[in-house]
Amino acid sequence: MINRIPSMKLAERVREGHLRAIARLITRVESGGDAEVREALAELYKATGNAHVVGITGVPGAGKSTLVTQLVHEYRASGRKVGVVAIDPSSPYSGGAILGDRIRMGDLVSDPGVFIRSMATRGTLGGLARPALDAVDLLDAGGFDVVLIETVGVGQDEVDIVRAAHTTVVVNAPGLGDDIQAIKAGVLEIADVHVVSKADRPDANKTIQELKAMLMMSLEPGEGIWRVPVVPTSSEKHSGFKELMAAIDRHAEHLEKSGEITQRRHQIALTRVVKVAEEIVRDNFARDSRSQTEELLKKVTQRELDPHGAAVTLLKAMKETIHEAH
Amino acid sequence: MQNNDKNAAVIRVMLAKIGLDGHDRGIKVVARALRDAGMDVVYTGLHRTPEEVVDAAIQEDVDILGISLLSGAHMHIFPKVLELLKDKEAEDMIVAGGGVIPDDDVKELYQMGVHKILLQDTPPQEIIDSFRQMVADRGAR
Repeated sequence: MINRIPSMKLAERVREGHLRAIARLITRVESGGDAEVREALAELYKATGNAHVVGITGVPGAGKSTLVTQLVHEYRASGRKVGVVAIDPSSPYSGGAILGDRIRMGDLVSDPGVFIRSMATRGTLGGLARPALDAVDLLDAGGFDVVLIETVGVGQDEVDIVRAAHTTVVVNAPGLGDDIQAIKAGVLEIADVHVVSKADRPDANKTIQELKAMLMMSLEPGEGIWRVPVVPTSSEKHSGFKELMAAIDRHAEHLEKSGEITQRRHQIALTRVVKVAEEIVRDNFARDSRSQTEELLKKVTQRELDPHGAAVTLLKAMKETIHEAH
Repeated sequence: MQNNDKNAAVIRVMLAKIGLDGHDRGIKVVARALRDAGMDVVYTGLHRTPEEVVDAAIQEDVDILGISLLSGAHMHIFPKVLELLKDKEAEDMIVAGGGVIPDDDVKELYQMGVHKILLQDTPPQEIIDSFRQMVADRGAR
């Protein structure tokens, strides 16, 4: 048995930027987080709100991990501390996960100004698990200037990232013309910055032009509106990453100047609160499943009660007994 | 082995290849087996340095750091890893080794503080069981 350091003690070290303390608290929030852990998180939350949170998303194989690695180098060169939360999917069967982003980010460690944490989706709806957002808070409170969230590959999931990040970067790879069409309505719309990765490839220009044409169509006239840039990058040629960082910085500036930052912060707060509320309800539901829930489910299967009616009954009952420990 | 209780701490493992050793078929099989047993497995890829691996393992806050070595460099690499963990006050991390290691060296590695050596003929289930046991013995952290 080992000596367990109290979470409040760890929280103090987090404020000093102690990487090991940040790492341990992330582990604790990820594995549920009892009242003792929540208390420390609540305390640390007061010290958050300084980091610029960037979501990086895109189709699988678009080069998100590679891009994150290069981007971290640029941020370091500009003197900023960078935290990375890299999310990989959990197996729907075993709940386990292979977190492989480290393979491409190997050369980033051994720099105290960089912190990388791999996390699994653990089957959460939306692909962005609540602990991932807690991890962002911990890095924020730990003095990291920028926090990059690298999401799992594309899907409906990805829309979640917009509701949790200040700036969303969508990574597109060349040669995926059909895919671009397919996801047009979803992921392409959420970008604050578009990247075309692997820009050294001959078909990259076509993708860049397609994206620009698509963005032209959605252009609204007027002053002070953010024009979504398309930034070509190539890790092969080490090009475009400085420009990408500049584009993200410009977007951050735009948010401040236009006052949009207030809406984004409001949106992020809403996402966070709803996510936790959902989780508490789901946990309570699971906990109560032996008693009254069973009774209700029986009525639903026998068509005596409809699912909506049962849910309302359940929530009303839950109000009295809600289990807050999280 | 469904792991639906999200409040149960998922065992986190880092699997690492250090130095000039390109044999990664075994470690990938182990990674897959551990994932299928419901663990989160961080794989480092090939040719890492002990420093890189230890720093990454600390940030990932893994329960177990598993190092696969088929290069014969185990008597150099394990002491280095243990020393780095000690320097960085991360001695509570469980260190496991796998691969091709002579019996005499195995004995010595245990004396050095390596928690478990699982040689190349270990069945996956035995690796899973011993990892779970070691984490249970260590207790909550």
